[in-house]
Amino acid sequence: MPKRSIQTYSKSKWTFSYIAMLLLLAVVAALGISVGSIPIPLFHVIKIIGANVFHLGSLATIDPTESTIVMDIRFPRVLLALLVGGSLSLAGAAFQGLLKNPLADPYTLGVSSGASLGAVSVIFFGIQLPFVGAYTLPIVSIIAGFVTLVGVIVFARLVQRNLTVETVILTGILCSSFLGALISLIIALTGDELRQVIGWLLGSVSMRGWAYVNLIAPFLILGLLLLLASARELNALSFGQQEARHIGVNVKRHTMSVLLGASLLTGAAVAVSGTIGFVGLLIPHMVRMIWGGDHRHLLPLSMIAGGIFLVVMDIVSRLIVAPSELPIGVLTAIIGSPIFAFIFISYRRKKGTS
Amino acid sequence: MIVVNNASGGYDGTKKVNSVSFQAKKGKLTGIIGPNGSGKTTLVKMITGQLPCMEGSITIDGTAISDFSSKELAKIVAVLPQHGENSFDFSVQEVVALGRYPYYKGLLKRATSEDERVVRDVMNITGVAHLASQSIASLSGGERQRVLLAKALAQEPQLLLLDEPTNHLDLSYQVKLMDTLKERVQQHELTVVAILHDLNIASLYCDDILLLHEGKMMAHGTPSEMMQTQVLQDVYRTQLHVQGHPVEAKPLIALAPSTQQNVPNQHESVTMEQKGDHLCMQAPFLYKTLSSALIGEGFSWAHTFINRHVPKNYACSDAKQEFQDYIEQQRYSSDETVGMMTAAFIEDVGVASVNNVTAYVTAGVGNACDASRAWQQPTHAAPGTINMFLFIEGTLTDAAFLQAMMTATEAKSAALRDRGVRDEQAQTLATGTTTDCVSVAATQQGKTIHYAGTATALGKAIGKAVYEALTQSLAHYDQRVGTRS
Repeated sequence: MPKRSIQTYSKSKWTFSYIAMLLLLAVVAALGISVGSIPIPLFHVIKIIGANVFHLGSLATIDPTESTIVMDIRFPRVLLALLVGGSLSLAGAAFQGLLKNPLADPYTLGVSSGASLGAVSVIFFGIQLPFVGAYTLPIVSIIAGFVTLVGVIVFARLVQRNLTVETVILTGILCSSFLGALISLIIALTGDELRQVIGWLLGSVSMRGWAYVNLIAPFLILGLLLLLASARELNALSFGQQEARHIGVNVKRHTMSVLLGASLLTGAAVAVSGTIGFVGLLIPHMVRMIWGGDHRHLLPLSMIAGGIFLVVMDIVSRLIVAPSELPIGVLTAIIGSPIFAFIFISYRRKKGTS
Repeated sequence: MIVVNNASGGYDGTKKVNSVSFQAKKGKLTGIIGPNGSGKTTLVKMITGQLPCMEGSITIDGTAISDFSSKELAKIVAVLPQHGENSFDFSVQEVVALGRYPYYKGLLKRATSEDERVVRDVMNITGVAHLASQSIASLSGGERQRVLLAKALAQEPQLLLLDEPTNHLDLSYQVKLMDTLKERVQQHELTVVAILHDLNIASLYCDDILLLHEGKMMAHGTPSEMMQTQVLQDVYRTQLHVQGHPVEAKPLIALAPSTQQNVPNQHESVTMEQKGDHLCMQAPFLYKTLSSALIGEGFSWAHTFINRHVPKNYACSDAKQEFQDYIEQQRYSSDETVGMMTAAFIEDVGVASVNNVTAYVTAGVGNACDASRAWQQPTHAAPGTINMFLFIEGTLTDAAFLQAMMTATEAKSAALRDRGVRDEQAQTLATGTTTDCVSVAATQQGKTIHYAGTATALGKAIGKAVYEALTQSLAHYDQRVGTRS
């Protein structure tokens, strides 16, 4: 039967896609560990990680300094880039589907700015929530991001009931600049660590260590599960809330869980790496171009692709002005802004012709 | 069956729909019509449960809409929206499969083979199966609408609601979509409730029609009960005319512009000229014409009236086509021409004007016939032919057109009787010839004339004009035949 063969074909297509993407991820990650001011041969990287993580083989032939660099600096750094890139891309894909808005991402919606404000407050006022310890930073970021998101959507709805693409983005930008000003105010009032703060605000995954990996990982898992549980509903919602309601989707519940999931991801990512813009815009867009809009695959594939992308960006940021380093957020913005413009133009064109 | 009982609803406390009651029965297509802002969409939103009823109730097979969970309701009610909103790139198959959402069970919501079978079936029914792997964004408006219909049908609903389903679609897609719907309704006992803007689509496809006006139900009934000129004019505040559909037993609604466009000069009148083998009567503007002519039969709008002489032995397998070619050759537009043929000599034309009626008649009585005895005679098309062209100033109703024809025919018979023209075979007085033709053309300007029987001024004028013109033409005929013999 031809139908069956199409189905098996499509199933194997997905399997192939996932395997290929994961392989690419592994290769890029290994490269990311290998490249830097002190180059470490790929073979050594594999050996060190094999021995330390999987307890395979021995480190007899390896220089202990190399081992330290890999395990204490490079590996957590690459892992952090993977997790942050994955989180932001997931959040972006979810926002875009939920708001039917190809320009939505944590950065353009102002969620990143909200989360930043939360993080900056924690860092500068030394806020400490009870019981959560080190997780105060991501939790406050997440809450601030979520509040910002709800604020942006409520405000945009006040402006225009049907939440057009332009209104939402404009509101996001408005919100971003307001929150950015608040952040500057806090910094100006509190002291002189300006350079460090600005470096943090521009976004970076360097010199964070394992602690930050531990901070983001649980939220990534939680966010991913929340979003995957609403993947089919996101498909329906990307045709509009009304249409989703007509096929029996509990719109309120799933909107809430998507907003929550995406806020968790954004807040945690911002808390550990500052504001890295446009990843959430770019990656889902590219994934959609290759694999289509079905969120059941779009979400996980975006996560993997986002990880790959951010590791690559991190490698470039290390090399481009060596021996010093470019903040990774600068790089993503340089690449992301023109692509944002391109998506905007093609979206308007498409809208104009249909 | 869905029962809407005294339902009122609206937004922010203001009622947009005011105590509407109707029932949509299984296997019926119910149409909701009404001007913009009459509450049609609000009513549909109330039926989908999106908007609660302020008063009254809406039930499906006895259960109130609000008592269903959203998934349960989606298994019973599906909606085809006005136009699919633009979305990201989804394949057609993925979009249609969304319709199975209410049937997915469990945390993973996996599709079963039953789900896949339904998706395949509805794609075949709506004719989108060949598009399955294409992106929805690459489709035309009509194709997209069919994909969304497939999605709605994939819900296997008992009730399908449509909000102006044919909006933005070109003519053939409108008809195809409605045909598909009608077929589904008849085969599957599906109930369809559709908001329709196009009154003619509503008239052609609906079993029941609901007319809404300012949130109230103005009328409810079958298309022929509903489509009444006066009611529609009042509700829509537009000039329109309701008449019978040419091929379907349904009313046809024709719109008329309320402003008269380029009012023709009333002082100009019809001119007549002989051009070679035909007489050409030229009207200054388009006249509404009822004729039995070969070209322009029935009601049409014409400004050129051709009476063409053909030899007695004229024979052609497709006379209409031949005549059309002839008219085109003479550089007339065949769409706005009434064309008759005659074996009589067009030089014999008789012309008479009485008041607002002018008659042009050419007559040959070589085959004169008594209509009451015609059944006794063998059928043979011999030349004869009395061709009558009537031009009338005034606005005639359809009844007046038909009465004008009757009056003209009676006057023709009288003229033949008075000249003693006989049916050679039956040996009685002739009432006409075997192949007579008549056209009545009216300016459709100025006063409306409802009747044209002999009791009316128009009838009297027609009778006199036809009688005089025919008598004149017969005199010419006799003269010519007499001088020849």
